[in-house]
Amino acid sequence: MPRIRRRGGSPWTGLGAVVAKEAADHLSSARMYILEALVFLSALTAAYVAIRTIRATIGESPFLFLRLLTLSQEPLPSFISLLGFLIPLVAIALSFDSINGEFNRRTMSRILAQPIYRDALLLGKFLSGLLALGVGLVSLWLLVLGLGLVLFGVPPNGEETVRMLGFLVATLAYGGVWLALALLFSVLFRAPATAALAALGVWLLFALFWTMITPLVANAISGPPEGLFGPRIEYLDTAQIIDRL
Amino acid sequence: MAGDIVIRAEALTKRYGDKVAVDRIDLEVRAGEIVGILGPNGSGKTTTILMLLGLTEPTGGRATVSGFDPLREPLEVKRRVGYLPDQIGFYEGLSARDNLTYTARLAGLTRVEIDARFADALGRVGLAESARARVSTFSHGMRQRLGLAEILMKRPAVAILDEPTTALDPHSTQEFLAMIRALKNDGTAVLLSSHHLDQVQSVCDRVALFNRGRIALAGTVTSLAGEVLGGGHVIDVEAAGADIAGRLSALPGVVRVQPLGPNLYRVDCRHDMRAEIARALAPSAELTGISFAAPSLNEVYNRYFEEARNAAD
Repeated sequence: MPRIRRRGGSPWTGLGAVVAKEAADHLSSARMYILEALVFLSALTAAYVAIRTIRATIGESPFLFLRLLTLSQEPLPSFISLLGFLIPLVAIALSFDSINGEFNRRTMSRILAQPIYRDALLLGKFLSGLLALGVGLVSLWLLVLGLGLVLFGVPPNGEETVRMLGFLVATLAYGGVWLALALLFSVLFRAPATAALAALGVWLLFALFWTMITPLVANAISGPPEGLFGPRIEYLDTAQIIDRL
Repeated sequence: MAGDIVIRAEALTKRYGDKVAVDRIDLEVRAGEIVGILGPNGSGKTTTILMLLGLTEPTGGRATVSGFDPLREPLEVKRRVGYLPDQIGFYEGLSARDNLTYTARLAGLTRVEIDARFADALGRVGLAESARARVSTFSHGMRQRLGLAEILMKRPAVAILDEPTTALDPHSTQEFLAMIRALKNDGTAVLLSSHHLDQVQSVCDRVALFNRGRIALAGTVTSLAGEVLGGGHVIDVEAAGADIAGRLSALPGVVRVQPLGPNLYRVDCRHDMRAEIARALAPSAELTGISFAAPSLNEVYNRYFEEARNAAD
């Protein structure tokens, strides 16, 4: 007799309750205060850099507000690279102990004895992390936009607004990737410290070592960088593709 | 007086690789019945519980809980089952109320239902004053009772309690057992796993004895005693004198003599031998008491595993 593998009931039963509870936990946790502090500091950095350099470059680009995001001045990095650096850290901090923490508090068996599927618990944890991250990012975005308004005295034009909104969505998606990765590690490793270290290891790999690995891999795929007639285009293409990953 | 069958397991089996954790067990539990599951650690009790809850897939056989298959409709099953795990934990930073509200929301209760049931459930486990207190301030016994309150809020058809009285002080244990009896009076079927045999004996209608993944014995304590202790005629003899034990064992019909204390002996025999014992001891010993001993689950358990070990050697 073939066994029917279909299970009854929606996999999303209880999702709302999980999201509500986890989001409330996040929003009242010490981690959220750290996230808020980082948001505030990042916005100040962007504004500071802008004040120092924007007057020199004011006529160069029609997209004044976008310059606010991309300008850098020694020793401060640009706003974008600052975010690229911070968001993985914040995302990892939000979810590295979400599943193994339930195990260690021994709350897992009580939760799973309720009529929900594991999917709902995992997705609920992810969505609540994304929500907390979203709250931080939206407030950061609004802060920077507001600072820009005050500094420049002109509103952003339509294209700038759209591109900045796109930037917001992209950063949130970027944060989501790291949130999901940290969640995965929290399922795989029983000890939260191990999960955090594993996630940070992956982050370090991409943040620091990737630029070192790129030429090696490109070399292996497309041959040596110098041909008979100067730098080879294939090499540069491959290096760039890997770099942008 | 027992109600409908709410838990039914037929040839339920679980293998982990080559190792058989649960081996073709059959089990039936009716509404309003307390069934104790006993057995050494690793004999398959917790695995059976997890299979009934749909948290582990059986490798063979089938189970139904309230008419639903835990494998195919785990949500329907879990809606009707309250589970108290052996190691219970709560969110330490949240109040008792917030902790229970969360699980009740997950169980699909509405706000109105939660408000209506919360005070009642907490009152029944004697935690009414602690509703707003953080769980981090709770003692072990209070956490255990909070776990029971969670089950009460769910108003389940089946309650599965995995070693609920471990590490409770004697007074709390008695209170906890009374709460379990109250569940039975609500018509809930209770599956109670425990190592405290005297407690199991005092609350359970039937017991199932697990050994190496199988249910070795099942039935009421009295019927188990008959099966294991042979006839169930156990007599306590109180007598002072020389070599009482030797003289008792010499009697035809006596299976075994066990000294229980100074001048106190427990005698297993094939039939009611009170008169013969009295006659045999009377000439030289001072007989102060002779009575039937109530069969104790402790004795059944120890004797069974003693015999099982001897059979294995």
